This record gives sequence, structure tokens and C-alpha cells, in this order.
Amino acid sequence: MSFLDLKNVTKIYPNGTKAVHETSLSINEGEFMVFVGPSGCGKSTLLRMVAGLEDITEGHINLDGKLINEVDPSERDVAMVFQNYALYPHMNVYNNLAYGLKNRGIDKETIEQKVNDAAKLLQISDFLQRKPSMLSGGQRQRVAMGRAIVRNPKIFLFDEPLSNLDAKLRIQMRLEIKKLQQKVGVTSIFVTHDQVEAMTLADRLAVINDGIIEQLGTPIEIYNNPKSLFVAGFIGSPQMNFLDANLNNKTLSAENFEIKNIESDYNGEVTLGIRPEHLIETENGLINLKVELVEQLGSDNLVYGQIKNIKDFCYRSPGNQTIKKGDTLSLNIEENKYYIFDKSTGKRVN
Amino acid sequence: MTRLITSGFSHFILFIGILIMIVPVWMIFASSTHTGLIINTQGLQMFLGDSFYENYLRVLLYKGGFFKEITALKMFLNSFIMATGVAILSVITSLMAAYALVYFRTKYATLLFWMIFVTILVPLELRIFPTYSVMAELNLVNSYFGLIVPISASAIATLFFRQFYKTVPDELLESAKLDGANTWRFFIDFLLPLSKTMIVAMLIFMFVFGYNQYLWPLLVTSSEQYWTVVMGLKMMSGSIVHRFAFVMMSMVPPILIIIVLQKHFIKGVFQDK
Repeated sequence: MSFLDLKNVTKIYPNGTKAVHETSLSINEGEFMVFVGPSGCGKSTLLRMVAGLEDITEGHINLDGKLINEVDPSERDVAMVFQNYALYPHMNVYNNLAYGLKNRGIDKETIEQKVNDAAKLLQISDFLQRKPSMLSGGQRQRVAMGRAIVRNPKIFLFDEPLSNLDAKLRIQMRLEIKKLQQKVGVTSIFVTHDQVEAMTLADRLAVINDGIIEQLGTPIEIYNNPKSLFVAGFIGSPQMNFLDANLNNKTLSAENFEIKNIESDYNGEVTLGIRPEHLIETENGLINLKVELVEQLGSDNLVYGQIKNIKDFCYRSPGNQTIKKGDTLSLNIEENKYYIFDKSTGKRVN
Repeated sequence: MTRLITSGFSHFILFIGILIMIVPVWMIFASSTHTGLIINTQGLQMFLGDSFYENYLRVLLYKGGFFKEITALKMFLNSFIMATGVAILSVITSLMAAYALVYFRTKYATLLFWMIFVTILVPLELRIFPTYSVMAELNLVNSYFGLIVPISASAIATLFFRQFYKTVPDELLESAKLDGANTWRFFIDFLLPLSKTMIVAMLIFMFVFGYNQYLWPLLVTSSEQYWTVVMGLKMMSGSIVHRFAFVMMSMVPPILIIIVLQKHFIKGVFQDK
């Protein structure tokens, strides 16, 4: 049996809003699970139900073999890092870390030992005596993590902890969280709406939309093999290009090109998805892209342009190429690197 | 140059204001240091006389009242007990009431709060007879308890604490919960220290409120042993200089409280920033 087990968990708010629909999920011990999805998709609600901060309307949550539906948050032995850190403003860093331990009746020497160890690990030993208001964003973030680590809980819960940091710090903290989790080895759930964060942190990823897990898998599985239009559009940066097309007798016909011998028995209106990085420039390619805008990132270029009536089609070209506005590029799709979705249901059909 | 003139002008206005506030107080103080004869023959005095100790000592130790049972010193003690009692008790009750209103998921919390709040429209004077009869039934007439308790529920303080609690982020409560704090611990370990500044402000406010009470103590005490300073101002008989001295002294406790507590008050305000 897995470490954390969610069975048909449903959340309906008193006003009738259904935030989470019969979600089932198993997380293994030591695993880093990321919930990713747009805001309002129910990912935070799911996390808060694990923490015990939201009641569970239906279903069961088992942690370490024990049903925790009715267990008080203080007794679940989970630790949470909040988006705004929720540091205790009137206590210094030391007491912020020590508070949870004090409440558990641990003796003073042990607390001091644990707090100092955690502070060392997070490199916050120098400001244990400071109040949170005297710390920078990154330092506060560390204190919030320290407060979680020091208790040595069964599970870490992160509720978008990086979204209050500036871009550079966010990348740095992302790395540190991952390293830390590997070092400490505690099972973790991380909620984010940022797909890059999700891809880089996760051992496994749950893409959530409208209270339903759309797809569950390792980041690379999900990137390579999205099961639905939503997942395909959400994971990957820049976003996947979508074109309207028709699939008939294994032949796909789009605006001005055709692909033959497609492995699918589906017939009807479909959406064709192509990632910008899965295009290559060739002579007499399938697609003729009229360049409208080039974003030069150094390592590569993001080329946006028009194919007939389709606007903002994106192609990622190597950085050493010079492409100018007004050029016409001839592009081919890398072999089998395209995704076909049923237009009405959004389900993958190839 | 124009700036100098405008700032000079506003300083002038402020100076006039200060004079209007200070001069009457000074005149009473100066007059209270003269003998009654001088005041009666020459009117109020602007300069200090030489009867300061004589007048003030006599007022403090003179046994006044109809039965000659009470000294001004005892009145100060009574007032201090009453005002402190009112301040502490009303802060405690308001803190707890606000806590329940904001954090316990009471169904009609808002309605309940407004019901508490409208009691502001019902001053003590309006409910003074029923309140008195309750106190009389409970045999609490002529006691400190009877002086303090009926005026120790403050809707204003409840309002202030409630509004403050509402600004405390929910994550703080949630985080505390996960850290193993129960309802009581959250109140003691979080809300009390966080509202320290406001508690001090309310203590000052309620102390002055309790100290200034006149009608209620007048009604609920028949024994002179429980006279308060404000009652004494009215009841004190004697020479005009003694009354002046008493008035001067009656101003000291509220001012002292403000001076003593203001330090914490201001410190709190700046620390939070």
C-alpha cells in the first residue's frame, strides 16, 4: 500500500461549488508529487484536504496506513509551507521554528538541537534572533521551510510557495527545494500553477483541471505523451501550436497541408497539436510560415508567424540562425511528433 | 520666505490653542496654592502662592462627607481600583467576545456582533434602574464588584478587537493549527501578542472611562467608604482653595496612566511597521 492514498475524494463547498471531483491518487513514500493546473482548478483545495484545513465531503484519505479524514490537522503530522509563508510576525526566527516542537512537549535541549540543525541546513543560523519583518523574501521562504523541516513530519505540503519571489530567486529556491527534499527524503506535495516549476520539481506530476486529474505521470511522460488537449496546452513552454484539421481514413488535412498514414481510426473534426520545438526547417516542407516576430533568447529563437489564416504559430529555431520579419520559412514536423485530439471532447486520438 | 510665513502662522494658531487649554488649568493650580482669603478678596491668581503643602495635605487627609468617614486619599484609591478594574475587565471581555465572533464559526456571528454594537446606543443612564435593581438583588451595592462589573462590557472595544482580528491572515491560524496550537493556545500565543498595541490603547481608553464615571458610582454606593474622586468633586465641602487643590489632584491619575502606558503604545505601533 502506498504512503498517501486518496480514494474518490470529493469537495463540495457549502454554496454548492464542486471544487474536487472524486479524485483518487496514490503517493509513494519519499516521492515528490506536484499538482499543477490553472488557478481555481481545485489543486489547493486538494492539498488543504490532505492538511486537514478543509473538510472532506466524500471519500477517504489514508496517510501511512491510517485513515485521517477526521483527524485534527494538529495531529496529522503534516507540515505546510504557505504562499505568503505565514510566519509568526511577533516571534523571532528561532521561536518560529521551535513553536511546533514546544506544542508537542519536546524538551528544551532537543528543540534547540533540532532548530539549530534545521537552521544550518537552510543557512539561516545567522538570523535566528531576528523577527520575520527584518528578513528578505528569500530568507522568509527559508524560515517557512525550516518550520516544516524541523518537525520531521510524515509529509510536506507546499502551497505555491515560490509565487511571491522574484524570477531569479524563484529559480534558485526551486533548485534548493528539490535538493532539500532529496536530502531529507520526506514525501512531498507541491502545488503550483507554473508548469516550468512543475516539470523541474516533480517525480510525478498530476495535471488538474476543473477538479479532475487530467493526467498523472512523470514530467517527461506527460510532456511526450499528453492525453488531452488541456494537458498538451498546459505543459510545455512556449505553448503547443493548435490547428483545426480533419481526419478521414488515416489522412489528416489541415488548412494547407496533409499528413498521411496516421495511426488512428478516428474520423471527424480534430485539433492538431505541434510543439514549437518539434519543427525543423527544410526545403519544400509541409508548412510555410510567414515570420511576423522573432524573440531572440540567445540559446534559441522563438519565431512567431502566420500560416494562411492561422496566427501566432510558434517555431523554436536554433539560436545561431538569423531570421527576420517578413521571411518565409519552410518547415517540417519531426517524425511522429504531432498530437491529434478529438475536437469535441479534447481526448487524444493518435 | 512664504513658507516661513505660513509655518509661522500655523505655529501661532497652535500656540493660541495651547494657551486656551493650559491657562485655565494653570489658573486653578496657581490659585490652589494661595489661602482662601486671597481668592475670596482678589479673585483667581496667575502666580504661585505659598500655601501649596498646607492646602494639598489638608485635602488629602481631611475627613469629608456627611459622616466624616472619607478622605481624598481613600477616594483616589477607590477611583484607582474602579478604573483599573473597569479597564482590565472590559479589555478581557472584549478580547474574548471578539475572538468568539471572528474565529468560532458561529452561524449568526455578524448579527450577534451588531447586536452587541447597538448597545452603544443604549448608554448606562438609560438602563441604570434595571442595572441597579440587579445589583441590589445580588447584594452588590456598596462593593467594588458592584462599581466595576456593570460597566465592564465595552461594545467599542469589542468592535476594535474584532476589526483587528479580521485583518489577521487566515494562514496564520492554519499554520498555527498545523503546528499543534489549539483554540486556547492560538488566542494566548498569537492574538494577544499581536494585539498588544491595541490592548494598551483600550486600557488607556477604558481606564479614563472608568475614572470619569459619576452617575453609576453615585447610585450604587451609599456608604461614603466607596466614594470616588469624581463624586468627591461634587461632594467635597470646604474652602474654594481646597476644592481647587482637589480638582488639580483629580487630573493626575489619568494623565499618569497615559504617560506610563503611552510608551508601550507608541513602541508597539513602531515595532509593527
